[in-house]
Amino acid sequence: MITELGHFALILAFLVAIVQAIVPLIGAHKRWHGWMAVAEPAAVAQFLLTAASFAALTHAFLVSDFSLRLVVLNSHSAKPMLYKISGVWGNHEGSMLLWVLILTLFGACAAWFGGQLPPTLKARVLAVQSAISVAFFAFIIFTSNPFLRLAVPPFDGQDLNPLLQDPGLAFHPPFLYLGYVGLSMAFSFAVAALIEGRVDAAWARWVRPWTLAAWVFLTIGIALGSWWAYYELGWGGFWFWDPVENASFMPWLIGAALLHSAIVVEKREALKSWTILLAILAFGFSLIGTFIVRSGVLTSVHAFANDPERGVFILFILAFFMGGALTLFAARANVMEAKGVFGMVSRESALVANNILLAVAAFVVFIGTIWPLVAEMFFDRKLSVGAPFFNMAFTPFMVVLGLILPLGSMLPWKRGNLGRVGRHLVPALVLAVAVAALAYALQTGKTALGPIGLLLGTWMVAGAAMDLWSRTGRGANRFGRLRRMPRADWGKAVAHAGLGITFIGVSGLMAWEQEDIRTVQLGEPFDVGAYTLVLNDVQEVKGPNYLSTMGDVTLSQDGSEIATLYPEKRVYPVAKMPTTEAAIDGGLLRDVYVVIGDPQSDGGWAVRTYIKPLANWIWLGSIIMAVGGVLSLTDRRYRVAAGARKAPAQGVPAE
Amino acid sequence: MKRLILVLALILSAPLAYAVQPDEILPDPAMEQRARDISAGLRCLVCRNESIDESNAELARDLRLLVRERLLEGDTNEEVVDYVVDRYGEYVLLNPTTRGSNIFLWLAGPIMAVIALILAFFYLRGRATAKPATEDRLSADEEARLSEILKD
Repeated sequence: MITELGHFALILAFLVAIVQAIVPLIGAHKRWHGWMAVAEPAAVAQFLLTAASFAALTHAFLVSDFSLRLVVLNSHSAKPMLYKISGVWGNHEGSMLLWVLILTLFGACAAWFGGQLPPTLKARVLAVQSAISVAFFAFIIFTSNPFLRLAVPPFDGQDLNPLLQDPGLAFHPPFLYLGYVGLSMAFSFAVAALIEGRVDAAWARWVRPWTLAAWVFLTIGIALGSWWAYYELGWGGFWFWDPVENASFMPWLIGAALLHSAIVVEKREALKSWTILLAILAFGFSLIGTFIVRSGVLTSVHAFANDPERGVFILFILAFFMGGALTLFAARANVMEAKGVFGMVSRESALVANNILLAVAAFVVFIGTIWPLVAEMFFDRKLSVGAPFFNMAFTPFMVVLGLILPLGSMLPWKRGNLGRVGRHLVPALVLAVAVAALAYALQTGKTALGPIGLLLGTWMVAGAAMDLWSRTGRGANRFGRLRRMPRADWGKAVAHAGLGITFIGVSGLMAWEQEDIRTVQLGEPFDVGAYTLVLNDVQEVKGPNYLSTMGDVTLSQDGSEIATLYPEKRVYPVAKMPTTEAAIDGGLLRDVYVVIGDPQSDGGWAVRTYIKPLANWIWLGSIIMAVGGVLSLTDRRYRVAAGARKAPAQGVPAE
Repeated sequence: MKRLILVLALILSAPLAYAVQPDEILPDPAMEQRARDISAGLRCLVCRNESIDESNAELARDLRLLVRERLLEGDTNEEVVDYVVDRYGEYVLLNPTTRGSNIFLWLAGPIMAVIALILAFFYLRGRATAKPATEDRLSADEEARLSEILKD
């Protein structure tokens, strides 16, 4: 019964979305206030109905209702509660439902918090947002309905892919989707502004918080996914340049570019058309990402469900929205005339450089991702584009970005002087060179990667600190002024420093990782780097829905014990899949990462040990970037911009 | 029960081998390192976007052993890679070659960067030499809205 109610709510939401996509648009065109006013309650209703539908599906998973096809395919009665919940979106149909739930949530938020928007713009934003909902509701109802029943329910389910049964991955999709889908707001604002025929500083100020929020979520989602890959896939890789990873990385890069170019529109009324284009493209890349994952044209580890028919449907959605938006963009080029005047050396130019680097980097990722498809279709070559290509083609842009970031972020608006900015940054440069020299002297191999990465990272972190410090003026009480600086300034410095920290982590890990693979006899100590390990015991353990071979490893350094590690090798009998659970002794400077393998013929066990220097800095840096974004979001100016937030007439409905 | 678990675990995990196994490693560390470098650039054909160095599949193990065999025979790194490509096609190369149409792939980024720089240069020069726009008067619509905002 609850399932049917959920199904019904979904169809109802689809109908509401159709109304919301049409009526306010006509209303805004004809200036009929009654028609425009439909948008707000419709957006809220759409969200509540979708939420009800999602709740019904979650309920089916929680009570293990095996009359539902989706539950049978992706759940099992013995599965732990957390994964029964995360199982709702651990499959195609459920994840698409989560996708539209978030889409409608953003729509509802625009209705709730958009009090200060001009009524026509608001109506158009909500209508465009709803047009996207219509497409995805249709997609779900016609190709991927999660509410299909089985005539003969089986006794138990087929379990969720065990790789997905993990706390890191339980929350990875929701965050990623909040980011992906959040960019739809930027898209809706861009299209609404084009229809409106007006792109100005106020528009940039309205669109920026949405983009920033989406970008923060995307950052967290990507970091969670990367962290999961690191500890779950058994050898500590943190980024694979897999098509699906690239699919989330491209919107991130474009979103980052958009954040920065929107500042130029807001402060200087320049780069308007470029910003609109970025807003369209950012969501376009989100749709491409969805297409790549759902269609399976590019196979990858993540594509847990794919189907050509669904792919074609999403391709149509993509073609419709991108084609429509870009046509509109071309037709309205005249309304996006730049007004601000600025010199070649200025904050504006630095932000243009930032945008070039981020956009071209995203383009490189895009070309590399689709090249196998292009080569097969047009040149009849079956080939692969893997990590070596991306490392070589993508990294140079990031190096240049890292080099100019501290300089650019300190340049004044309108007209700047590199020499003056450079003088402020001398301490940062000295520190960065010192750190790199130290790293070069201490390292055993002669790689340039580690020292260069540390140089860039330190330069960015110290540069961000100098940026803040230089704004405190002269004389006494500089610390007091530092504390009273606007949140946005803090956010900027913190996010830039976070990027620097991620640079340090990535290059440190890639340059100085140590690996040891060997057969280990029980009780026999062996050395890896500065550490001594002993495999004390190997036991068979039974988990709630898996069987585990668990090693007991003592890790010590200079004769004193540091930690006991329990690397596991699990087998999930229902899904018939093995997983590795690496045991990690985490630290700020290094992780010791132990994986247990198969028993060997001589009675020993295959054991792989890695020393991973600075690994945690990668995710620490990402989180710091996200914190920077949140700091910016909470800046007073945006609250002022968002308006006194007149309480909506009908009140905020309970969820 | 414990025995049952062990038996089950062994049966289920039998076909599973994790990436590079201890018994595959060559005695000569320099040669082993070469083998690792080569393996990292070769795709596991039955996997999804994994190199044979990372993959757990049987086929990847066979390829790893093949690479080591060729190295022991005295092949150079290039010869080993060519040997594998001759048999499995260029699909195994994770690092695409620069031959033929692939030149587009490799040059796409740099060309795009150059185009972007040129466009940006002209845009910035235009902005630097432009006359400040004359202040627009507010339209009647905006005047109305402004007074409405100021009333709050």
